[in-house]
Amino acid sequence: MSTTAQAATGRGPMTAGSWRARTLLRAGVLGGAVAVYLCLVGIVPVFADRPLVVGVVELGQAALLIAFGVVGYAAARDLVATGRLRAIVAGAAAGAIGGAYLTALVLAGSVIDLRAVFLNASPELYDLLSAGMGTDGAWFPILVGAITGGLAGVLIGMPIALRSPLLWGLGSLVFFGLFAGLLRTPMLVTPLAGLARFLFAADGLTVPGASIVAIGSVAVAGAVRMTRPRQRVDALPNAQRRLVVGPLAILLVVGVLAFPLMLGPFFAQVIAFVALFILLGLGLNITLGLAGLLDLGFVAFYAVGAYTVALLTSTAEYGIAGMSFWQAVPFAVIVAMLFGAFLGLPILGIRGDYLAIATLGFGEIIRILAGSDLLIDFLGGPRGILNVPKPIEVPPTHWLAGPVQIYYIALAFAAVVAFVAWRLRGSRLGRSWMAIREDEDVAQAIGVNLVQTKLLAYMLGGGFAGLAGAISVALIGSVFPTSIQLQLSINVVAIVIVGGMGSIPGVVVGALVLIGLPELFREFSDYRLLFYGIALMGVMVYRPEGLLPSKIARRELHTAEELVAMPDADLITDEEIKEASTP
Amino acid sequence: MTTVPRLDRLSDLAIDVFMWAFRAAIILVVVLGSALTLLSGKYTINDWFEFVGNGLTLGSIYAMIALGYTMVYGILRMINFAHGEFFMGGAFGGYFAAVALAQAGALTDNILSSLIAIVIMILVAMAVSVGLAMGVERVAYRPLRNAPTLVPLISAIGASLFLQYTFRGFFGSGIYAYPNVPFLDARAPIPLLNMRWVDVLVVVAAFCMMGGLYLLVMRSKIGTAIRAVSEDKGTAALMGIDANRAIVLTFVIGAAMAGAAGVLYGLSFRQVTFAMGIVPGIKAFTAAVLGGIGSVPGAMLGGLFLGLIEAVGPTLFLSGFGVPSVTQLKDVVAFTMLVLVLVFRPSGILGERIARGRA
Repeated sequence: MSTTAQAATGRGPMTAGSWRARTLLRAGVLGGAVAVYLCLVGIVPVFADRPLVVGVVELGQAALLIAFGVVGYAAARDLVATGRLRAIVAGAAAGAIGGAYLTALVLAGSVIDLRAVFLNASPELYDLLSAGMGTDGAWFPILVGAITGGLAGVLIGMPIALRSPLLWGLGSLVFFGLFAGLLRTPMLVTPLAGLARFLFAADGLTVPGASIVAIGSVAVAGAVRMTRPRQRVDALPNAQRRLVVGPLAILLVVGVLAFPLMLGPFFAQVIAFVALFILLGLGLNITLGLAGLLDLGFVAFYAVGAYTVALLTSTAEYGIAGMSFWQAVPFAVIVAMLFGAFLGLPILGIRGDYLAIATLGFGEIIRILAGSDLLIDFLGGPRGILNVPKPIEVPPTHWLAGPVQIYYIALAFAAVVAFVAWRLRGSRLGRSWMAIREDEDVAQAIGVNLVQTKLLAYMLGGGFAGLAGAISVALIGSVFPTSIQLQLSINVVAIVIVGGMGSIPGVVVGALVLIGLPELFREFSDYRLLFYGIALMGVMVYRPEGLLPSKIARRELHTAEELVAMPDADLITDEEIKEASTP
Repeated sequence: MTTVPRLDRLSDLAIDVFMWAFRAAIILVVVLGSALTLLSGKYTINDWFEFVGNGLTLGSIYAMIALGYTMVYGILRMINFAHGEFFMGGAFGGYFAAVALAQAGALTDNILSSLIAIVIMILVAMAVSVGLAMGVERVAYRPLRNAPTLVPLISAIGASLFLQYTFRGFFGSGIYAYPNVPFLDARAPIPLLNMRWVDVLVVVAAFCMMGGLYLLVMRSKIGTAIRAVSEDKGTAALMGIDANRAIVLTFVIGAAMAGAAGVLYGLSFRQVTFAMGIVPGIKAFTAAVLGGIGSVPGAMLGGLFLGLIEAVGPTLFLSGFGVPSVTQLKDVVAFTMLVLVLVFRPSGILGERIARGRA
């Protein structure tokens, strides 16, 4: 879908009055390819059982509708200036071209057995696409595509004051449709149970719920647009602004602290994972974000921390010291830091891409060694180390039992680490790191000791990862070689990059988006890494500085003109910026 | 503060000592381990030749994948992390072609028809891999040509995940077994090297294709254009070379080799899954670095070398010390090789062009 947007902006030498037939065709063709992809990769058929609004639309259909909508939007965007009707027709035409692909898929499926190759090309999929009419209904996707594309054309012809709230409304429909079940469960035990049943089904929104959500969010978005509270607060004098921002911040902190208690053990588990990854992300943020050393073997330090704590505290076979968690944590951090020094020393002279591969090699070496027969007498080989005690021993009914305490512990450590990272940033060491990141040779020339500085980045990053490993062992209660995976290293890199290199709030956002959301939707777990891949590519192509970048990164990765058009308000979308800059 | 420089000198000294100790330890393990293993007499000469045979098969496959890494690195200075996925895609393409051919009755005892069928499989695999490569290049790499080095690398990691899980979505997470080609399972009549025909086929096919590629890169007009662009994009453009076309061609050639390697791997190891590209991909990159990245003959040599080290190394170096189940540690040996090469000879076996600043 992203490519369609790009195709639409690549303007040919056509006059303003032309139909831009090529743009239209490209949008339609790419959109059709995306639609067929969504079907065959399994997103459409697998999520056909997951309602968004009960009895009206399910998630698989929604994915197709969104694809057609984006196609129509891309085709119509350049034509709005020449006439609204024209935009609508173009959107409908592009949507119809996209739909024709699905028609072709249904017809092809009726002639040859596509299922011999593509597992998802099932009769159920064809039923879904042809509205249950078999090959007679093959025209159905064309109709749907044309209508959706046309509606996108209608939408784009509206003034922004109307369009933006409508888009928000659609977005919140999808959002609440996805979250309905999760929101409902904790609400059922409160006095709000009746309301929960009225708005939310077990999965997805009920029809009245959907109407309320849609109307409500359109109204709220419209009101926000009219009153612009953010700009007003920004315009206030400092003293008054503090009066508004202060209570909001306190509310946020209280909310974060009370979160797992309000929403039950499942949420506590998810949020504990997120906190753990925030910790890992903050560690890598030093190595990668500040010092610019891409470490694809970050899991090695995590593993060292985890195994250290497991060895020192386990009451089962391989435990050696029987310490408590709190006694073992300092050892875990120190051992992980030493490991950082040990691994860092030989590869200090290696740069850039090579470093990524060397560290990746280290990560793999650690993983293999942990599971090998060589160390089986010490680390238990594939059987792992079991019976790691919880940090705070409480009876199972206590409010601190289970993942809740891990959440608080991880959060507290994350706060400490964030503080350390924040203070380090502005320090002499932090500035040396950033100098190395920008240009090693110049940094050396102005007196930065490369060896020490890089080594410290490795050791500190490694120490934080070791801490995260230690906490994760306490959360899970055991450690296995299979918990050391290349995937974990890549997850952490993705968090740092997607959040914004070198930015601490970015790490939090990255962990919430990349770990929190997929953990909440276990049903999507098969497609989690697919979305990861798309997210990584998309962020690199469209927003290489990340979602919440530090100011330096943003300045670096955009040209001067782009920055002029980019006011400091982060909430303004790219769409609006473009609209503001074009006369 | 006069103490700071002294401290620096002290730490530099400590690091030097550490590096020398590191070197000494590695050499000690290699020499002592080999001596102990050979003296123990646990392995006969035939065992060693069998290891070498395995190493040659694996090494040829690594070499073919490594070519793509090295050529792309040479021209764009980026690690194409998704290259292992082109290999995987080729293996899948070859698998479906093989199933179709087996149904059509082409994979029988008749050697000629089987060989033709294998050629068709390789062509299909190449087509699939080339398609993937062109798509990835267009979507994930081309917009990032002028971005800082980490940006395309991370985009490449994204592309790799995307391709893996796309294939998983298409074909499921199960293991697909290549159909049986009867004549390939027999032992080949080669003295000492205890190889099956399939392994001979892998080695011969790999060498033929690599030879062809070498001629293509060194002798043809296209190859000259590619080499010119890797030398200096701007100047090449001034000489009338379409740099974009040369870059796309590099991806195409590299992916075609990876796709062919996928079929050869499938024929030899029989198993194909969506995740099969990761480890050979990393190994092949290691091979490219070993041989000297950017150098085509280097990648071939590095691949063979890595295959041999992996097949022979664990037993030769480690079993003498009484390490249990040494084959578990073959990847440890391979990655240690990688780190050693990066540390002590970053230019690789054949490479001399890569200066420190380029990496």
